[in-house]
Amino acid sequence: MAVVHEWAFIGVFFSLAWVFPFLPILGARLLAPRKPNAIKQSTYECGVETVGDTWVQFKVQYYIYGLIFLVFDVEVVFLFPWALAYNQLDFFGFFAGLVFIFFLFDALVYAWRKDALEWV
Amino acid sequence: MNEVVCSINHVVKCLTDAGVTPDLANLLTIIGGVVLVATVPLITVIFLIWIERKVAARVQDRLGPNRVGPFGLLQTVADALKMLTKEDITPIGADKFIYNLAPIIAFATVILIWAVIPFTPLHIGADLSIGLLYFVAVASIGTVKIMIAGWSSNNKYALLGAFRTIAQLLSYEVPLVLSLLIPVMIAGTMSMQGLVHAQGGMWYVFMAPVAAVMFFIANLAETGRAPFDLLEAESEIIAGYNIEYSGFKWGMFMAGEFMHAFTASLLAAVIFLGGWWGPGVEQVPVLGFLYLGLKTFVVYLFSLVLRSTVPRVRIDQLMALNWKWLVPISVANVLVTAFLLQLTKALGLAPQTGDFAAALPQTIILLLGNLAIVLVVLNLVRNIGRNERMAAAATDAAVGHSEDERVAVGAPGH
Repeated sequence: MAVVHEWAFIGVFFSLAWVFPFLPILGARLLAPRKPNAIKQSTYECGVETVGDTWVQFKVQYYIYGLIFLVFDVEVVFLFPWALAYNQLDFFGFFAGLVFIFFLFDALVYAWRKDALEWV
Repeated sequence: MNEVVCSINHVVKCLTDAGVTPDLANLLTIIGGVVLVATVPLITVIFLIWIERKVAARVQDRLGPNRVGPFGLLQTVADALKMLTKEDITPIGADKFIYNLAPIIAFATVILIWAVIPFTPLHIGADLSIGLLYFVAVASIGTVKIMIAGWSSNNKYALLGAFRTIAQLLSYEVPLVLSLLIPVMIAGTMSMQGLVHAQGGMWYVFMAPVAAVMFFIANLAETGRAPFDLLEAESEIIAGYNIEYSGFKWGMFMAGEFMHAFTASLLAAVIFLGGWWGPGVEQVPVLGFLYLGLKTFVVYLFSLVLRSTVPRVRIDQLMALNWKWLVPISVANVLVTAFLLQLTKALGLAPQTGDFAAALPQTIILLLGNLAIVLVVLNLVRNIGRNERMAAAATDAAVGHSEDERVAVGAPGH
């Protein structure tokens, strides 16, 4: 029962949290003047007229970081249960974690040696 | 805990006596609790902005806001009122729905973190058994708001700003999560209230100082504070992802950022500085608010002083710092702490009771392990720095300039 109650709180919180930022924005919409014109609504890029659309193919510089991040994040999900039960484990648990983290670190060293960690 | 359950039951009972069905009464009580928890950050943020401006002003030898209200305390209220009456401009090219959604997400995700923060032994929104994981999950929704704000604005600066911010937030999430493993390992629980209870004998900042520092640095980057405020580098990409926003939507981004920074300090206080623990808190639980507030403000003021004194780093330096220093150190820290915890258990030094004397031997051993990590890292930094300087000197000698000449030629004002 208690567990259900805690998650009910989170559920209500998730559905209500959007109201708090929404109300002032709504209030501003009611109070603020609205006199749009073409120049006011143009894209602001340091006063220079925009050339073309922004929604074109961009070089996503960070995608290799994204891949490495994914490796780490997925592995950390597996490390949390290990850490949670760590008090009940013995030295075997430590060595199991060591092997696991070794493979995790191995991926980082590989990426490092391949110069994937340089911002270009 | 009983007291809170009683008072909640009391409210529920009052409502059912008044003729409300039990289910509805439960729901109304929960909604009341949610509004109560969510109002705390809303009120805090008004004073946070004032404190931030005052501290920054003092560091720069100015007075800061001092006209509206006593000591300028109402300056933020005046700013908010002004912002309400500002015209809200949506650029023609923007993707309207997502453009309007971004500021709402920005603010809501920060409030959501407050659901699991234990203010006192009795007052907590929801003591989830995976509270720590909940914090990590909710905080990372913040990345989404930046991506969709940058993309939907249809502005090249906004998109570039969003790109580098995503790279930064993704990267610093790794040391953040790795440093959180260590309190979990020591305490054996992921519930926030459980983590605070486990610190009754010794705060984790003494048992795992390296993890605490990692958490602090990673949080600075996650919340986009100086020296990691690349997401709003005015001089390079004007304002980054929120350049096209105006009026209260822009205000929501700003308020969300201030609140996230404060929430990060709050979490550092809860996870590493013992949360609500303090003298007499077990007799008078309400004192927990005071102790937690004090600890949070120490961390927060430290980040404010950092913000106003340290210059911004470059994006490649930022990434190198994370992947080549913070991540390896965090991994090493996890391994060293794991080994030492098993060692203390094998030696019979693991604390059996929750008081200071019982936790002391383990703390000393963990502290020595952390000290070893710090010494190794400092030595590495020194050696790498020396090698780089020698290499630079060798190149200069080959070209025919001495170091002094190079400095003299390069120095401004000559």
